[in-house]
Amino acid sequence: MLLNDCDPGFKHQVAAEPGGQGIKACFACAACTARCPVAGHVEGYDPRRLIRLVLLGRREEVLASPLIWLCSTCYSCQEVCPQQVSFTEVLTAIKNIAARAGYGPPATEAVIDQLAAHGRLLEVGEFENQRRTDLGLPEVAEAPAHFQKVLGVEPAGGKS
Amino acid sequence: MEALLYLGCTVPVRNLNYELSARKVAAALGVKLRDLTEAGCCGFPLKATDQAAALVIAARALAQAGEGGLTLTPLCSACTGTLAEAAHHLDHDAAARRRVNRELAPLGLAYRPGVRVKHLVRFLLEDVGEAAIKKKLTRSLEGFSFAPHYGCHYLKPSQVLGGLDDPEDPTSLARLIELTGAEAVAYDSMKECCGGGVLGADERLAGRMAGTKLVDLAAREVTALALLCPFCNVMYEGQQKTIAKKLATELKVPVVYVTQVLGLALGFKPKELGFKLNRIKPKDLVKAFK
Repeated sequence: MLLNDCDPGFKHQVAAEPGGQGIKACFACAACTARCPVAGHVEGYDPRRLIRLVLLGRREEVLASPLIWLCSTCYSCQEVCPQQVSFTEVLTAIKNIAARAGYGPPATEAVIDQLAAHGRLLEVGEFENQRRTDLGLPEVAEAPAHFQKVLGVEPAGGKS
Repeated sequence: MEALLYLGCTVPVRNLNYELSARKVAAALGVKLRDLTEAGCCGFPLKATDQAAALVIAARALAQAGEGGLTLTPLCSACTGTLAEAAHHLDHDAAARRRVNRELAPLGLAYRPGVRVKHLVRFLLEDVGEAAIKKKLTRSLEGFSFAPHYGCHYLKPSQVLGGLDDPEDPTSLARLIELTGAEAVAYDSMKECCGGGVLGADERLAGRMAGTKLVDLAAREVTALALLCPFCNVMYEGQQKTIAKKLATELKVPVVYVTQVLGLALGFKPKELGFKLNRIKPKDLVKAFK
C-alpha cells in the first residue's frame, strides 16, 4: 500500500456526514467485531478493520467494498463500544457517501419507485383491504402524493 | 388510556395475526388504539443510501402523530427504531428540524419537538404496567414455554431507546411471558439478530444468521419462539423452510407473536388472535385453548 493511494481527507468527510462523528475516537479494541453477528458469518467482515481503512484514507477500497452493505443494523457494536464510536451510524454515513458516489445497491431505485407509487413498501389495494375487512380490521389508505413530493419524483405510469 | 397505532408497511399486509392480536390485547388491557391510517413507510428502507430523505419521511409520520399528542406505538421494531431515532435527532438538532420542516411545509405538516415513540409492547409494559396486566389475565399458560426474541430495534440503540431494559441482558419479554404462567426459556442464541436487515443484500447470509437461532431452538423442547417484529417473522417463520433446506437439517420451530401469547392469557380464542395465519403453528397450544 502506498501512502499516495490514501486520501487523508476521507476520515473528515465521514466525520462530517450525519452519524459519522464518532469515527476518530476509535482506539481499535475490536469490541465491535467481537460482538458483530455478521462478522461470525462473513470472512473479511470486520468493523474494526473498516474503521482503520477509513482513518487511513483508503477511500475507494471502502466505498467500493461489497462488505459495507452487509451490516444488519443490529446496533450491538454501538452497545459494547467503550469510545462511543457508534459504528452502525458511522457505517450508515459511509454507505450514504458511497451511494452518492455511485456505489449504491441497485435495490434503492426499486424502493423509491414503490414509495412513489404507493407510499409504502407493500401495496394496499382493494384485495388487501377486503382481506382486512373480512378479519374485522380497518382499511388502510395509501398516500403516495406525499412521498412523490418528499422524494422529488413523478408518479410512475400516471397512477391515479 | 389511548395510543396511536403505527402499522407501517409490512404488518397490515403480511402479519394480520400480529395486528389482530395486538388490537385485541390492547383493548382488553384498557388501551384505546387510534389509527394513523395514511402513515405508510417510516423511512427505514432509505436510511442506508439517503439518510436525509429517510429523516423527512420519518418526520412526516411524526408530524402527523404529533397533532393528537398521543404516544406513537408501532408494532414493527424497524419502524420503532427509525421513528424514535428521528424524533431524538430532530428534538436535539434545531438546524435539522428547520431543514425538515421546509420539506414538510408543502404537505401542510410541521414537526414539533416532543413526539413520543414506543413499540406497542413497551407501551404495555411501561404505560399499562406489569401489575395491571397481571390483574387482567384470566387464564394460565402453565406448562407451555416460549423463547423470547427481543430483536434489535426494540431496545437498540440504547442512547435513543434506553430505559426499559439492558440490551445486552434483556428481561422485559421474559417477564411478560412469565406473567401468563408460561415459562420464558433462557437460551444461548437469545441475543442473535434475525438477519432481516441483510435479506435484500445477501439472502444466504441472512438465512445463516436466522439459522443460528432456529437450530438452537429446534434442539429444545419449546412451545414456540415469541416475536414482536414483522421483519424477524420474515426470517424465522417465512424463511424457515428455505433455511432448513440450505442448512440440510430438519427445522420445525413454531413461531408466534408475544401479543398472541398475552391474548390467550387474556381469554381470547386462538381463532380471534389470528392463529390460523401462523404458518408454523404450536399445535398443542392452539388445541389447548380451542
